[in-house]
Amino acid sequence: MSHDKKQAQLDEILAASGVDVRKCMRCGKCTATCPAFDEMEYHPHQFVYMVEKGQIDKLAASPSIWQCLSCFACMERCPRQVEPAKLIEAVRLSVIRAKGANHLKPEEIPALLDADLPQQAITSAFRKYSK
Amino acid sequence: MQRIGVFICHCGTNIAATVDVKAVAEALGREPGVVFSTDYQYMCSESGQTLMRDAIREHKLSGVVVCSCSPRMHEATFRKAAEKEGLNPYMVEIANIREQVSWIHKDVAEATEKAIILGRAAIAKVHLNKPLTAGESPVTKRALVIGGGIAGIQTALDIAEAGFEVDIVEKEPTIGGKMAQIDKTFPTLDCAACILTPKMVDVAQNDKIKIFSYSEVESVKGFVGNFKVAIRKKARFVDEDKCTGCGICTEKCPQKKVPNEFNMGLDTRRAIYIPFAQAVPKVATIDANYCTMMKTGKCGVCQKVCGVGAIDYKQQDVIVEREYGAIVAATGFNPMKPTQYDELGYSTCEDVVTSLELERLMNAAGPTAGTLLRPSDKKHPHTVVFVQCVGSRCDAENEKGKPYCSKICCMYTAKHAMLIREKYPDTEVYVFYIDVRTPGKNFDEFYRRAVEQYGVHYVKGQVGKVVEDNGVLKVQASDLLSGEQLHIDADLVVLATAVEPDKSARSIATMLTASMDTNDFFTEAHAKLRPVESPTAGIFLSGVCQGPKDIPETVSQASAAAAKVIGLLAKDKLTCNPCVAESDELLCNGCSSCEKVCPYGAITYADKEFRGPNRTTLIRRVASVNPAVCQGCGACTVACPSGAMDLKGFSNRQIMAEVDAICKM
Amino acid sequence: MQDVNYRPKIVAFCCNWCSYAGADLAGSSRLAYPADVKIIRVPCSCRVNPLFILRAFQRGADGVIMAGCHPGDCHYTSGNYFARRRMTLLFSMLDYLGIERERTRVEWISAAEGAKFSKTMNEFAATIAALGENKRLEDLRCKK
Repeated sequence: MSHDKKQAQLDEILAASGVDVRKCMRCGKCTATCPAFDEMEYHPHQFVYMVEKGQIDKLAASPSIWQCLSCFACMERCPRQVEPAKLIEAVRLSVIRAKGANHLKPEEIPALLDADLPQQAITSAFRKYSK
Repeated sequence: MQRIGVFICHCGTNIAATVDVKAVAEALGREPGVVFSTDYQYMCSESGQTLMRDAIREHKLSGVVVCSCSPRMHEATFRKAAEKEGLNPYMVEIANIREQVSWIHKDVAEATEKAIILGRAAIAKVHLNKPLTAGESPVTKRALVIGGGIAGIQTALDIAEAGFEVDIVEKEPTIGGKMAQIDKTFPTLDCAACILTPKMVDVAQNDKIKIFSYSEVESVKGFVGNFKVAIRKKARFVDEDKCTGCGICTEKCPQKKVPNEFNMGLDTRRAIYIPFAQAVPKVATIDANYCTMMKTGKCGVCQKVCGVGAIDYKQQDVIVEREYGAIVAATGFNPMKPTQYDELGYSTCEDVVTSLELERLMNAAGPTAGTLLRPSDKKHPHTVVFVQCVGSRCDAENEKGKPYCSKICCMYTAKHAMLIREKYPDTEVYVFYIDVRTPGKNFDEFYRRAVEQYGVHYVKGQVGKVVEDNGVLKVQASDLLSGEQLHIDADLVVLATAVEPDKSARSIATMLTASMDTNDFFTEAHAKLRPVESPTAGIFLSGVCQGPKDIPETVSQASAAAAKVIGLLAKDKLTCNPCVAESDELLCNGCSSCEKVCPYGAITYADKEFRGPNRTTLIRRVASVNPAVCQGCGACTVACPSGAMDLKGFSNRQIMAEVDAICKM
Repeated sequence: MQDVNYRPKIVAFCCNWCSYAGADLAGSSRLAYPADVKIIRVPCSCRVNPLFILRAFQRGADGVIMAGCHPGDCHYTSGNYFARRRMTLLFSMLDYLGIERERTRVEWISAAEGAKFSKTMNEFAATIAALGENKRLEDLRCKK
């Protein structure tokens, strides 16, 4: 990807998320709090740092963006209002848009549901897979 | 018409190289009112000043303009020289032709023209200058220290040492503050009580110092040198003069279930109590919220056992009025209670404690007599996790925490970790940190000792959550350097919570009209050059009330504040800045606009009699400015709708004359 | 038609504690700015009566700038807040009178910001020079 295009993607991610990555003081509370830690290749604090460094390609290619549960624990606990979950969501969104198709269609959902699934997980799934 | 003398300084070549000083002298010499104009190589030198004084005498000058360097540099010099020749110092004005002309312009014609214009503006101002006399106000030779922690104690001792009276007002039953609760001090590991309590005794025995314990400041009136303070001595239901502090009442009191605040609520005390054995004054206090006698009228055990008849259930609050020349705020701090962090479990798990609670758990006079036992099952903890920066260093928009670094936590946590490892080598200690900040003499060496000698596990990362499971604290944390998520089974979790200014500081600052920052720390007059003075004259700052600091810093600041107080109290009279606001009573309509904008409370209103038409008398409400309090900012002059307020030395007419002179080119 | 020898007249009100000291620092750091800027020292930005600014325009000033301590750093605690509000009101009035918004400016310049002082004055002087003479408020009777 050309430099300009890359910059445009980065700008779009920052604008969509509303996150100011420079606020991060690298305390790691997001990663300490993350319930999906073991699944992820890149962890919430790395997301912030990698976006700051402009390494969007690596993030976009990583399965980590789909392993994020969208539970927002990192957002809730971030002491510097960096809110990594918003950033992860914006990266995901950018990937979905680039593909030009939703990752999950509404009609596929009923088949995936089970009775124990909390409402929040369904909402989160919508947030995660379709735009 | 003034008789003005103009003196152009060459400042060696600093001015003369780019400004044609002869041309300036000649041009300004033609200005109306100028009777003498000359240039000289160094006006500020002895001979330059003599030249000016001779001219004042010979030409009977009534005003002087010196075109030289910035008035911030030599205005005082030239004013003093003029004063020696009998000219009022405020008849001297400076035109800044060095910093504002010669140093920034290269073209001689351009620089010379600008120098002339600035000279004209100064001449125009001097035409309207009036002799000003600095007022004087007397000084009450006594200081008030609000707060009796180590900051207040040190300030009071130093002021008393210089021979001045000092009163300490302390809201708790004893002085000593937070330092009395601390076990050991970093980086020397000597015991806090061993170095604090002798100072407390010194205070008690010093006949220049009067302690108002269990008392609060009720109101503050007056201004620098002349404060009038009302102190509320809260009823402690014990006669302070009679009580000998024998403690028999505190042993016999049947109400045993009062949370002991001195031990951070980790154990209980009686309803009548002496906070700790070394308390000063060592006098019992009845806690009316818990005393059975106070609540039901039935008990009276303490009264029966008291050998000297000191108990007085009918005691009332007493208001004492005292006068002071200076006031020192030493209101101190409290560690934040981290109840807002649900994930850290402080509210739900008994074994999650704050660092100050840990101090009590490790203190020989504490609830566990110095053996480290965890609060829930009184067992010895084998894994201890410390969490740094709880509530500190948060984003300004984060409502849970404070934006500043609390400064002392890195060091006291290293101390705690070291002490635990020393006393209980079988205990594993983890410290989760964001950054380890150890600026200070022997501080970093101390922290390294904790790591290298004592084997404390320092982990770069934060604790995400603490959950209790069958008496075990499950700690989930990040280790950012290894990229792992750690799961530690801990017995005790210690939170290094943010330092918060004491809750009383805000209302005290309002009473003192001392300014505060957004975090409720007192603001200093100048961040670098006047760090122990409040911008409000006569108010000084000591200790953590100004910003987080450790004990050595607090003590040095306390002594610095004392030095400032001594400097003030040593004067018999205070010279006031004569450039203060003045209200023209004939124009004033009593609207209060000026009073509202005055940051110093210098403006008061009084009904005054004026002559009305047909020999009648009119009573009108008019403003008057207290020149000793006014600092001369001029906010009131612009707020005044009727133009009654003006600022001496910077009057409306003077500034307009400068504007006119500058625009007339 | 603009005079080729036209030099703008710019009045700068500087508070004694921050901006005047900032100007001194600009001077001692030899950071040049146009000679058209002439400084008037006031104790605090709150001493600047909006009338002073109107007076300057009436007397033929082409631009007026006011500089004070940064918000929160006022030597007198709150003076610059008053100044800020007053200037906001004055500027909307000047706007109403048809005085270009760019002819007036408020800047917060601390004693340590010599470079900012110089930069601000350079910018402001360039703006005023581009705008040209201010004729709308000038009182011709005040001319020599």
